[in-house]
Amino acid sequence: MAELLLELLSEEIPARMQTRAADDLKRLVGDGMKAIGLSFTGARAFATPRRLALVVEGLPVVREDVSEEKRGPRVGAPDQAVQGFLKGAGLTSLDQAEKRDTGKGEFWFAVINKKGGPTAEALPGVIEAAMKALPWPKSMKWGSGTMLWVRPLQSIVALFDGKVLAGEIALGGQMAPIKFGDTTRGHRFLSKGDFKVASFADYAAKLKAAHVVLDPAERKKIILDGASSLCVGAQVALKADEGLLDEVAGLVEWPVPLLGTIDAKFMDVPPEVLIVSMKTHQRYFATTKADGTLTNRFVVVANNVARDGGKVIAEGNERVLRARLSDAKFFWDQDRKTTLESRLPALKGIVFHAKLGTQAERVERIAKLAGEIAAFVPGADAGQVQQAARLAKADLVTGMVGEFPELQGVMGRYYALGEKLPAAVADAIGDHYSPAGPNDRCPSAPVSIAVALADKLDALTSFWAIGEKPTGSRDPFALRRAALGVIRIVVENKIRLPLGKFFKAGDLMEFFADRLKLQVREKGGRHDVVDAVFALGGEDDLVRLLARVEALQAFLGTEAGKNLLTGYGRAANIVRAEEKKDKGLTARITGAPDAALLEQAEEKAVAAVLTEVEGALKPALAAEDFTAAMAAFAGLRAPIDAFFDKVTVNVTDKPELRLNRLKLLNQIRATMDSVADFSKIEG
Amino acid sequence: MSDLSPTRAKPTSFQELILTLQDYWAGQGCLILQPFDMEMGAGTFHTATTLRALGPKPWYAAYVQPCRRPGDGRYGENPMRLQHYYQFQAILKPSPPDILERYLGSLEAIGIDTTLHDIRFVEDDWESPTLGAWGLGWEVWCDGSEISQFTYFQQVGGIEVDMVAGEITYGLERLAMYLFDKKSIYELPYNSASSEVPLSYGDVFLQNEREQSAYNFEHADTDMLFRHFADAERECGKLVEKKLPLPAYEQCIKASHTFNLLDARGVISVTERQSFILRVRDLAKACCEAWLATQTAKAA
Repeated sequence: MAELLLELLSEEIPARMQTRAADDLKRLVGDGMKAIGLSFTGARAFATPRRLALVVEGLPVVREDVSEEKRGPRVGAPDQAVQGFLKGAGLTSLDQAEKRDTGKGEFWFAVINKKGGPTAEALPGVIEAAMKALPWPKSMKWGSGTMLWVRPLQSIVALFDGKVLAGEIALGGQMAPIKFGDTTRGHRFLSKGDFKVASFADYAAKLKAAHVVLDPAERKKIILDGASSLCVGAQVALKADEGLLDEVAGLVEWPVPLLGTIDAKFMDVPPEVLIVSMKTHQRYFATTKADGTLTNRFVVVANNVARDGGKVIAEGNERVLRARLSDAKFFWDQDRKTTLESRLPALKGIVFHAKLGTQAERVERIAKLAGEIAAFVPGADAGQVQQAARLAKADLVTGMVGEFPELQGVMGRYYALGEKLPAAVADAIGDHYSPAGPNDRCPSAPVSIAVALADKLDALTSFWAIGEKPTGSRDPFALRRAALGVIRIVVENKIRLPLGKFFKAGDLMEFFADRLKLQVREKGGRHDVVDAVFALGGEDDLVRLLARVEALQAFLGTEAGKNLLTGYGRAANIVRAEEKKDKGLTARITGAPDAALLEQAEEKAVAAVLTEVEGALKPALAAEDFTAAMAAFAGLRAPIDAFFDKVTVNVTDKPELRLNRLKLLNQIRATMDSVADFSKIEG
Repeated sequence: MSDLSPTRAKPTSFQELILTLQDYWAGQGCLILQPFDMEMGAGTFHTATTLRALGPKPWYAAYVQPCRRPGDGRYGENPMRLQHYYQFQAILKPSPPDILERYLGSLEAIGIDTTLHDIRFVEDDWESPTLGAWGLGWEVWCDGSEISQFTYFQQVGGIEVDMVAGEITYGLERLAMYLFDKKSIYELPYNSASSEVPLSYGDVFLQNEREQSAYNFEHADTDMLFRHFADAERECGKLVEKKLPLPAYEQCIKASHTFNLLDARGVISVTERQSFILRVRDLAKACCEAWLATQTAKAA
């Protein structure tokens, strides 16, 4: 058993692409090896800012010959089937296949011999193919070459069983190919020259000596541990940020966390501004006090061990931050000199979308919509809803939001509070973009709910109106997120909002239905149950709809529910089969069966119970007590079972009896379908 | 690192920074060119980059280019923003395998000690909608401060390049502020403090910033500028037809700057803006195609 070590050294790879590229390399090389019959016991891939590395363990040194047979189509089969077979077997014509009589006729057979041989001879081809297929999100040419890679590729280590594989990667143009070798380089600044490696263990150890931590997980740990101990020393706590940690780990080969200080004069700027400024522009970690408020210390992760212990680096970073925060503080001070109200005219100058007019027009639409929605939100003060909706977008023309667009809403809230506007109005301005995703906080205050719903419903209906609906892969206006936001706000706050009142487009309701189904499924719910409830049609109250779904799902989880579903299935199947034979039947079997024609005790029992069920169902549905409605069904089960045991529906000699019994079955179906379309339920 | 580059003391003024970079890149085999004598928004517009990036011929050059971004003017009141500033540009085509090491050598030359500082290459792809050009690369950080842009050109004038140029751009004022630890551009020493007539950047350019800002934002005659745009556009098209890509391209540069002025005057709406950008791009594309024809014809 032997080991393959592969390292692709390049110029700096964007942090966001590293993890995926390492995974792709592992998958592509692994698949390539499997395709030629090479098995292995394990593979691990790593990425740093300058290299992708892969180690594959437990490979055979020599690959056995493998012979495998494939049965193809019958001799004389259509050409399409023959071509498919040839392609699948890697043959060019039927001359290479053989005919065999299997006893069930003559079939084509292909015998595929995979020649074995030294593994070392097969690996270069696998590596080359994997590199060609590696899907970088963006790739480029360099020099005079034609090869595509994320950034210029510099060298390749390819060792198998301790020996360099004979191979190279052509770069095209007049460029010399990169030959597979056993030398690599360490850290850009902390290591000089090339070194040779003999195995993965040797490689990882020598890299570490050359100031490169190969494993991103280890780099993250070094960053966290280092940052935490700095924080302990400064009596602050690191503000956890997994996304930032991932990114920073992709920016350094040798992480060195350093502590910096924010100039005290910036500490009265809102913490969100400090955090955004540090994170998005500079990739610094914020720190907090015991009560969660921000402190004036930050952590920057350098990629260098400076000879002064990092003093100059920390000072340099403090200086950059000072410049950034001076801008932020300038905007903070300037912006508060103007009221949100007086900024409204400026919204006329901002185009929201070429076909949908300006932000000012959008605000008008949102305000009108929010007013209508407020009527359905208990406790929402109409005046405050109007005020919040009108001012919701005013911060878009502030200096701060111009500089940090991600602070939209947040700044509006601060400025509103500064103007001493009602807290509910300020909060609604701050909340109205929420929820921005499944993990974001969902507005719960009445004014916030009204404005947040109006913001999203306006976006949905407006883009729908101009035909900008999301497609499978494209959703440039984040309309899926908007719909999910509406669903969350409505459901989590149990807002009884008739959505249909706010939009006319039928397919928009379908769009909502799809999102809702997804959400139910993600929470472990049954999508067929959602389908069954949606199939009723005309339901635009999501709270009621979900209550129905929940009750139905609970009912179907009981023994009674399962049995009743079987009974429903039998009844529906018989009716459907008869309807198929006789087109006019449907019209003749609607309505209640004729009591005089009920002969057997079992059919009388079903009819009696149905009447009872219907009696119980109506008030339960009216009261939206779906659990009670389901409970009413429970009594149906035994009579229906008995009916199917004892009663023959298709009595051939008494057509009126047959018709009446079909009526009875149809009534079972109709009654149950008034709660949900049970035919959509998968047994 | 090439040992051709003369050793120069660490720069202490704006002009020494320029001289050091020129010496350094001359030592790397670059032609030292002079600024293009027309108003432009970035050093990339210089024919030494835009046009030379196309075609099969190798090209190493470096130059200072004054850049004008009318909309960035602040009447000399913002210590970090200018409507007229300088870029130093080095272009190496085809990009040599050690181009990053050469770049790092230039940092050593201007006095950035990599045993004390933290240099980082942070993903930053570049695109110029008006030139129909894009490339991949980084912004280079020194202790968290952006000190250069680095781009591998992939497409120019909508044409895929034959040979990739590595382009390095130093924003000179920003870099100097970093090197000399100044909070305001205007405080930068233009020449050495010990020279006979020591002058600051502000001494040289503050009045210019004030007057040009007033021109850009208040006084530029927009009717005239619209006419100039149309004239340049027409002239460019005519010259392309005459197979004179170099004068044609100058008209394209003129149109581009005129558009920037109109934009700063706030007389171009959002929708019009896109169409103006596309018009300039069409000119750039035509010029690049015409230029490329002359290059391949000569090469053949």
